[in-house]
Amino acid sequence: MSGGSAVGGDVILSVQDLRTWFHTDQGLVKAVDGVSFDLRRGETLGLVGESGSGKSVTALSILGLVTSPLAGGRVLFHGQDLSRLPRAALRAIRGDRIAMVFQDPMTSLNPFLRVSTQMMEGLELHQRLGRKAARGRAIEMLQLAGIAAAERRIDQYPHQFSGGMRQRVMIAMALSCNPEILIADEPTSALDVTIQAQILELVQDLTRRMGTAVILITHSLGVVAGTCDSLCVMYAGRIAERGPTGEVFARPLHPYTQGLIRSVPRLDREAPERLVPIPGQPPSLVDLPPGCPFHSRCDRAMDVCRQRYPGASCAGPGHSTHCWLYPESP
Amino acid sequence: MSAGADTLLVVQGLKLHFPTGGGWPGRPRGWIRAVDGVDLELRRGETLGLVGESGCGKSSFARAVAQLHRPTAGRVLLKGRDLAALSGKALIAARRDMQMVFQDPYASLDPRMTVLDLIAEPLRIFQARGLAHLPPGEIVRRVEELMERVGLARAYRQRYPHQFSGGQRQRIGIARALALRPELVLCDEPVSALDVSIQAQILNLFQDLQREFGLAYLFIAHDLAVVKQVAARVAVMYLGRLAELADAAELYRNPLHPYTQALLSAAPIPDPEVERRRERIILSGDVPAPDRIHPGCPFYDRCWRRMDVCRAQVPKLTEVAPGHRVACFLHHGP
Repeated sequence: MSGGSAVGGDVILSVQDLRTWFHTDQGLVKAVDGVSFDLRRGETLGLVGESGSGKSVTALSILGLVTSPLAGGRVLFHGQDLSRLPRAALRAIRGDRIAMVFQDPMTSLNPFLRVSTQMMEGLELHQRLGRKAARGRAIEMLQLAGIAAAERRIDQYPHQFSGGMRQRVMIAMALSCNPEILIADEPTSALDVTIQAQILELVQDLTRRMGTAVILITHSLGVVAGTCDSLCVMYAGRIAERGPTGEVFARPLHPYTQGLIRSVPRLDREAPERLVPIPGQPPSLVDLPPGCPFHSRCDRAMDVCRQRYPGASCAGPGHSTHCWLYPESP
Repeated sequence: MSAGADTLLVVQGLKLHFPTGGGWPGRPRGWIRAVDGVDLELRRGETLGLVGESGCGKSSFARAVAQLHRPTAGRVLLKGRDLAALSGKALIAARRDMQMVFQDPYASLDPRMTVLDLIAEPLRIFQARGLAHLPPGEIVRRVEELMERVGLARAYRQRYPHQFSGGQRQRIGIARALALRPELVLCDEPVSALDVSIQAQILNLFQDLQREFGLAYLFIAHDLAVVKQVAARVAVMYLGRLAELADAAELYRNPLHPYTQALLSAAPIPDPEVERRRERIILSGDVPAPDRIHPGCPFYDRCWRRMDVCRAQVPKLTEVAPGHRVACFLHHGP
């Protein structure tokens, strides 16, 4: 997945000015507020951010899995706007051409059904395979996902698998219809580091082999650094900075990105220095004040930051940020 | 085991076994060996990191040290007194020197208590049992002082936990742990539920408090980078036993146990340049269930350098260089 091969490929998914707002008793929550990005064939794109930054809601909105209607924006999949598709048409794409893996493999598998039933359902529905062919394909995918004795284990129930194995089942299931895009929402956050390394390697290996593009949602800068071609840093429902992974880590522009990188303890430093945390805490998304949502924690905030949200400033090929410190690109 | 003047805590042969379900009371079907013979020492003012993956027994270890679970075997000497032999009021009095900070700041604070009551509770318990004699008003004054010290405005003292964010709740948990002015704080994954920007604030707070009050920490975490940030010495735990124990700088530079090596190589580093050049040791398989009876090294199933002797015998934690102990037959004889 890493490597520059994906850059310059054709765009298969273009998210444009996505807005997902929720009306709550407390007020209007703008969970996603003007998110745009492109995903190219075979690319792995990281959506990084802390809890509440809107990364999961972005993914759910792409697939039309949010109950409240989108407040705005377009999700163009091969030029076709998914947000305007009838439900049946969207259902035909979901799980087939765009698949998703969730964080918690315990709650996203049905505990009452055998793994075989759950895996074959999608294959029979989307690929129109007969039972025998579907079962064969499911077993093949489990083997690819590194599950030993797949012919026997496919008839077991989810509770008979460990956490890491369950996540392998989820990945095998998601990739079984050979999707063009895999959306993985914190696929390793519930797992131990040694298992996390196994699962990330599996996702990289399988998607590279099948040419699948990946949107990897994570809170871990370490995971992004090791697996993603490019990334979007999200804060309070917006993208603060985007760019090729190497570029963003080497020259972070947005004060939030800079702060995030400084506040992570590093395993590769000889003598640990005192961490430089970002002061304060993320703002409540209820009735967010105007301006840049980061201004209350930013040590370089200016008057204008409290008044208006900045436009995009371009810093290099594909590398841009939304911050008043930089001149707005035309 | 030498108990020098500045030794605060000595743990000897600590075991904590839980009966597994079924069978008659007193005659369980099997045992989960959550902690299976751990020896450790902690000096005054020192931070000892304890790392391991879920189910390795690190939380059970802390709970057995604190006597929240009574150990199955072994001794826990806090300032020379064996806590495992104490009970009732004597145990409560001895625990004054040792407090805990828990992982989940949502579950560990009673949602119906105000911040003032939460932080004052340890003081009030001691006062009620005649173990502390504070003049009227002193408890509130101390609570306010503690709140200020951990970075909470004293105006918030009548608020409830749900009115705070995760990071602020962890500050409440820390203030509460410090209320009795302990010498040792057992921190069980204190930052793993927090976002990175908040995690750094809390880690710095731990370090500041240590300097100010001379605290010793047993700092339990699964994140090796977090432990490296705070700990002077690090112990690595696997399936109820210590695999390796060394000074932090030595352990991270020269890990000897294959499990430590795998853990270090699996931890992601937030730098694409470094990540590209790294060679990963990918372990096969999962952590086996701790109720399995296994005659040899607990890591045998997943180890890529296993030998015949490893299946037959359990390696003992052995000092192979000054201060560097490892339980692995690659580095010492059986």
